[in-house]
Amino acid sequence: MDEHEVREWIRRVKNGTLSRRHFIEAMMGLGLTAPMATQMLVSAGVARAQPKPVGFTPTRRGGGGRLRLLWWQAPTLLNGHFATGTKDQDASRPVYEPLAAFDPDGNFVPILAAEIPTHQNGGLSRDGKTVTWRLKKDARWHDGKPFTADDVIFTWEYAADPATAAVTVTAYRDIERIDRVDDHTVKAVFKEPRAFWYDAFFGVRGYILPRHLFSAYKGANSRNAPQNLKPIGTGPYKLVDFKPGDSARYEINPNYHVPNRPFFDVIELKGGGDTTSAARAVLQTGEFDFAWNMQVEWDVLRRLEQGGKGKVLNTTTGNIEHVQLNQTDPWTEVDGERASVKTKHPIFHDLKFRQALALLVDRATVAEELYGPTGQATGNFLNAPARFRSRNTKWEFIVDKANRLLDEAGYRRGPDGVRLTKDGKRIKLLFQTSTNSLRQKNQAIVKQACAKGGIEVELKSVTASVFFSSDPANADTYSHFYADLQMYNTTMTSPDPQWFMNQFLSTEVAQKANKWAGRNPTRWRNEEYDKLWNAAEVEFDPLKRAAQFIQMNDLVVNNVVVIPENWRNRPAAVNLKLGGMELSGWDSDLWHIAYWHREA
Amino acid sequence: MPKYVLRRVLISIPVLVGISIVLFSVLALAPGDPFEELATNANVPPEVAQRLRAQFGLDDPLPVRYVRWLTALARGDWGFSFQSRMNVDQLILQRLPVSLFVLGSAYLLALALALPIGILSAVRPYSIFDQIATTLAFIGFSLPTFFTGLLFILVFSIWLDWLPFIYRADIDATGWRWLAEHARQAIMPVAVLGLFEGATLTRFVRTSVLEVIRLDYVNTARAKGLSEARTIGKHVVRNALIPVVTVVALQCPTIFAGAVVTEQIFRVPGIGSLLIAAILASDTPVVLAITFVYSVLVVAFNLIADVIYGWLDPRISYA
Repeated sequence: MDEHEVREWIRRVKNGTLSRRHFIEAMMGLGLTAPMATQMLVSAGVARAQPKPVGFTPTRRGGGGRLRLLWWQAPTLLNGHFATGTKDQDASRPVYEPLAAFDPDGNFVPILAAEIPTHQNGGLSRDGKTVTWRLKKDARWHDGKPFTADDVIFTWEYAADPATAAVTVTAYRDIERIDRVDDHTVKAVFKEPRAFWYDAFFGVRGYILPRHLFSAYKGANSRNAPQNLKPIGTGPYKLVDFKPGDSARYEINPNYHVPNRPFFDVIELKGGGDTTSAARAVLQTGEFDFAWNMQVEWDVLRRLEQGGKGKVLNTTTGNIEHVQLNQTDPWTEVDGERASVKTKHPIFHDLKFRQALALLVDRATVAEELYGPTGQATGNFLNAPARFRSRNTKWEFIVDKANRLLDEAGYRRGPDGVRLTKDGKRIKLLFQTSTNSLRQKNQAIVKQACAKGGIEVELKSVTASVFFSSDPANADTYSHFYADLQMYNTTMTSPDPQWFMNQFLSTEVAQKANKWAGRNPTRWRNEEYDKLWNAAEVEFDPLKRAAQFIQMNDLVVNNVVVIPENWRNRPAAVNLKLGGMELSGWDSDLWHIAYWHREA
Repeated sequence: MPKYVLRRVLISIPVLVGISIVLFSVLALAPGDPFEELATNANVPPEVAQRLRAQFGLDDPLPVRYVRWLTALARGDWGFSFQSRMNVDQLILQRLPVSLFVLGSAYLLALALALPIGILSAVRPYSIFDQIATTLAFIGFSLPTFFTGLLFILVFSIWLDWLPFIYRADIDATGWRWLAEHARQAIMPVAVLGLFEGATLTRFVRTSVLEVIRLDYVNTARAKGLSEARTIGKHVVRNALIPVVTVVALQCPTIFAGAVVTEQIFRVPGIGSLLIAAILASDTPVVLAITFVYSVLVVAFNLIADVIYGWLDPRISYA
């Protein structure tokens, strides 16, 4: 079934000749998930049959007592626009809200918006430049002032100002202006048509700030805002007390704009410590109700789960643990930099060699032994949301096939069994990653298989704080990539792959000229890829756009620029009686906090 | 005496400046980047980190940064944390009470154990009591706190389920309940630290008392018919404890610095956990402030210990 056929089916659902159920069943038969099929209908303007069923509908606000949350990294400030890491985004989420959030399938859920802008309701213009938001009228700031269009406009001005140095600037800087239509309607006009419009005011990048409190602290003065530590928001909870680097306490907002919500009266969020004992406090002793991001070896988690107080929930994300192949020569210096784009990698320029290497990565063992249910083996770099996942790639681990490929390509084995390059040099690759017990085990698995293929691999591990640092003077960072191979996890923070896929653009090559701040450490350059990426930026047909990203993924995978290894989940430890979390890999773990509840 | 103190204070000024130069350069040369999280996030353009670096003055040459830091410090400005963008002195003051409470209680516990046990062991050396006390003391200071901490958690939190193993500074209760909750969660960290310190101190007290108890004037006191209790209490312990007082005085600065390992295990929000978090996040102003205050305290308490020593032991004079 091709794109046109799917379109025809959607048209039939639209004019009523095909039932929604039939459509969804047919799509599921093709291997799609039900939410994705629904998403296809939504983007085509076919309304949802009914809202998602909610398991628990309280008749009054509050009465739930205390909710205890445990984050093993402690929040240090409570302004999402300055967040260094999810801990800060999460800790400010009970207080601040975006206009819309992302549910587990990447669908849009209105929070401070009255409805999601679509083509059908006139919210999205045909030229792809204008987004009109209708806002909720009954929302108020915790200090009693009403929430209005001015706050939304101010949030844009604040975050887009380069002097503010907000981490959310990319979401806002391409908006040319925002018009105030009335008290509760705004019209955002982008400088250029933009397919990925659902970035500004969405999810963790969309927290709306109160204009009346922040207007004096825009730009270079932003550090001094007292609200960076004592936020006043519109959210279901008010901040009572915050100790940076330790804990935050919230109490219920009696005037929250959703009736009968939230359920808990008090939230205590404790930060710091280590992951394993955090898992223990939820799963085994029940001292806490929820612990975030359980990056613990899975057999440890499994043993703790037998404590009977809690369970581990795995949330789908787009995060990908992958091996990168340096496309430039890290061993030759040109104009004062190694791995210059003027060079070619002496061995990796041969596609056959790269393919053989991909055959030598034992993804199944890595998945089973190291990640367990917290990840799965994959052949794709782009895995989620489902509509962007390629079905054209495959992965296998066959040492014999790799050996055959290398023999055919003319890499003879030397006297010690290690293969030689075509001009007779021993092949030895340097493989670097950050220091982390899982990654070192993973490196060893790759090294072992490569030895069977006649390739010697030298392993190197660099402390995480150095490996991921942006220090241009340190040659051990992942962006310098002065090695043949390297491995790490790229996180996908938005359900749209536009930013995620920029790490293969030729304009993003990390090099001396940009102090190695570019996003593309492999330094792969491909015109076709660049064209696809640019086209996707202005492609408004969701099906065509998905096809473009699938093509990009296939280019990267089939050219073996990277070897995707493990598609990782975000595991959380949750008390058995806690419900309503709707944990989403595209948003903060606390995005649905107003609906959390405890079963009796 | 005042002249001696003045001389020591004046000498300590260049010492502290030297320490500050070393601390500053070591931290500036250490690898790591306060904006690491931003650098790996594809959604954050590199300009943001570059602008923050410029805004926070991280791009200036090292001597310029040092002079700026020192002059600000002379005006009482400790700078601000890169992580929370809050003033460093406020951040430290927020953590200080917890550290003082936990470490102060631990030291009191240590003294309460070490003094009687050490003295009794020395009075009856190689008796059954001494053998047991010595064995326990050896075990006590041989086991690192990260091990005893985990052991306590295993026994008291997981097997017996008596005590919480996560310390909360923010307890929403008042009156007796507040006090009881605080006491309950402080038991394990205080015990871990107190027993460790107590073990070391016991050995110290024992040695010190043993040295004095063999002296001739003690025999004289006994010969003149003083009761054993009076001999030990008035004549032996008073002299034997002079070196112990010095040791305790020299330990005082560590109460400020917190107990890094124990605080981390029990998630006690004290100075020690602030320091370790700041080091991990390359939050240099915070690391610098804590280490520098610690150095000042070490220098100051060295002086205090010397002065106390002279006052307690008239044989020593600082003329």
